[in-house]
Amino acid sequence: MRWLLLKDLQILRRSPLLVGVLVGYSVVVSLVAGLALSSGPSKPTVAFANLVPRDDSEIALGGRRVDASQYADKLFAKVKPIRVKTREQAIERVRSGEALGALVVPADVTQKLQGTLGLGGGGRPTVEVYYNADNPLKRQYVQDTINATLAEANQAISNEVLRESARYLNVIVAGGEVALPLVGSVDILGLRNARKIIDAARAGLPEDAPEAAALAQVSRFARLAADNLDLSKPILASISSPVRVKERVIAGSKSSLSTFAAEAAVVGSMMFVGLLLAAGMLALEREENAFGRLIRGLVSRTELVAEKVGLAALAAFALTTVMLAILGALLGLDFARSPLWLIVLAVGSVAFGAMGVAIGGATREVRSASLAAFVISLPVAALSLVPSGAVAGWVYDVIHVISGAFPFRPGMRALDAAISGGGLLVPLLHLVALALVFGALARLSLRRFA
Amino acid sequence: MTGVAATEPVALTADGVSKAYGDRRALQGVSFSAHRGERIAIIGPNGAGKTTLLQILAGSLKPSGGSVSLEQGEIGWVPQQPALYSKLSVAENLRLFARLERCPDVEGSVERMLDQTGLRDRARDEVGSLSGGNRQRVNIAIGLLSDPSVLLLDEPTSSLDPRQRERLWAFVSGLAEAGTAVVYATHNVAEAERFADRVLVLADGELLFSGSPRELEQTVGGDAEAPDFESAFVRFLHDRGH
Repeated sequence: MRWLLLKDLQILRRSPLLVGVLVGYSVVVSLVAGLALSSGPSKPTVAFANLVPRDDSEIALGGRRVDASQYADKLFAKVKPIRVKTREQAIERVRSGEALGALVVPADVTQKLQGTLGLGGGGRPTVEVYYNADNPLKRQYVQDTINATLAEANQAISNEVLRESARYLNVIVAGGEVALPLVGSVDILGLRNARKIIDAARAGLPEDAPEAAALAQVSRFARLAADNLDLSKPILASISSPVRVKERVIAGSKSSLSTFAAEAAVVGSMMFVGLLLAAGMLALEREENAFGRLIRGLVSRTELVAEKVGLAALAAFALTTVMLAILGALLGLDFARSPLWLIVLAVGSVAFGAMGVAIGGATREVRSASLAAFVISLPVAALSLVPSGAVAGWVYDVIHVISGAFPFRPGMRALDAAISGGGLLVPLLHLVALALVFGALARLSLRRFA
Repeated sequence: MTGVAATEPVALTADGVSKAYGDRRALQGVSFSAHRGERIAIIGPNGAGKTTLLQILAGSLKPSGGSVSLEQGEIGWVPQQPALYSKLSVAENLRLFARLERCPDVEGSVERMLDQTGLRDRARDEVGSLSGGNRQRVNIAIGLLSDPSVLLLDEPTSSLDPRQRERLWAFVSGLAEAGTAVVYATHNVAEAERFADRVLVLADGELLFSGSPRELEQTVGGDAEAPDFESAFVRFLHDRGH
């Protein structure tokens, strides 16, 4: 057995390219995948712009003044904030991928919060959330994170409001002072005191002798109590969610998660059919020894590359067109945009076909071509779905470069743009460039193919 | 140049053909002409450059230097390993290559080759299901589809049994008699002696000898040390340091 082992080691030592690719590729892909899984920040990075003037951050809740900025701390417990000064800076951080999202607190938010809680009327306070949704997975991730933290902040405010409401009710029942907007501090008699006064008045007076002053007090209490109860209605309305969220996708996908899943299924199928067919059929020419016979004037190498790319692209295009038509009908996609779908499917199929031919040109037989196609495409496709901001910045940069060298990511972006709108030209040109590069690589590999 | 074909017009000329792979020189300035109806055997030790020379003559490999010129007609190429699609039938393979060769009458060419190779009853069988000998017959048939003026064969009998070999050489001799120049590489020196009008001896990419088998024997003296052609060939190589 040891001789067999020795023999195998000798073979491997004399195949430095094979060993290099085997080890190098595995290590690089595993490292990147591992980093992608492990180095995701525990708190998503969120750009935060607080536009509220510093001396205007307090709100009056009943007779107390509360600093609204304490609620921001609730947010920051769940996210890693990048503090910026303006809305534009926050949006830019998102657009650049530095932050997963941006939270902007407008300057009027405390006034509106005061208006809602302090019974002054007006619109509910609204904070702005911005996303750069590379894909719906990312958007869902950011939405869940920010909505969860905002819900906690809302809950904290609600608790404050409930406490204040309870104090109002206590004043109404037991009496005391309460501060009201415009009116100022008002002495409230309270229901119990009113009853005592009325009882005392009733006890000391003849049954038919009206006591004007006591009755006036009772009348004043009744009016104020009614007013307070009336004004408590907006407070109660705002308890569930005193702060509203206005969401805006500043760039990227507008697709739903189900549409995104359909896109991934279509591009994945395109990838497998295009790669495997092109790689396998070209390798077959070598396996069957037909290549040497073909290129002696019957077919040029360039024609051979073009034929294999065309075959694989045609098959991938036909399959994905049927798939997208069925999925589109099920998901209710806008078929008016179907000409754009077809363009993307055609260009993407050609790009995958070209990559497949490049793989087929580098291998000697069908089985190794198929294996190479799988080994290369699967991790790259998985990495292509990692959203920006979900991993450390430099890891994402590495992933971005690697996945950009293969047609899966631009294919996803192009199909998403074709289905849901957005910039189609750049990913389409990306696919065309990859098709040309892989086609050229395939043509080069055929120089040593015979 | 000897034999019956000496007076026939030249069909193919190789002029100073060389091929290098990096520092290694697989062929060094090989020149010869093949006349119509001539049967030329290329013999030499392993790695002499026989297959490389045939590939260059066939046009499937570009020479590093020199040139190959075909006077008229086509070159038929029969590689050592059958170059066929195993999932296609015999007739489908023939039809495909007839189309690629741009034969004017595709179906006529297919029928002719099925008759010539005796594979008519296997026409619809997948090539993958054929024996090695029958695959080689299809392989040769494809080389003949264009009715070539020059037929190049690389080790054509290596996978054939003696009976099949005999039939093949009878077939090839018939082609030569009809005017086709036949150039073949072989390890079987006896086949070179028996079926070639002329032998080219290649060693380390150099053309060491061009003449009839008898002339090769005379070159080494034909004494007791080289009582037959094979011994003469070995002696010839030995005398020249190979």
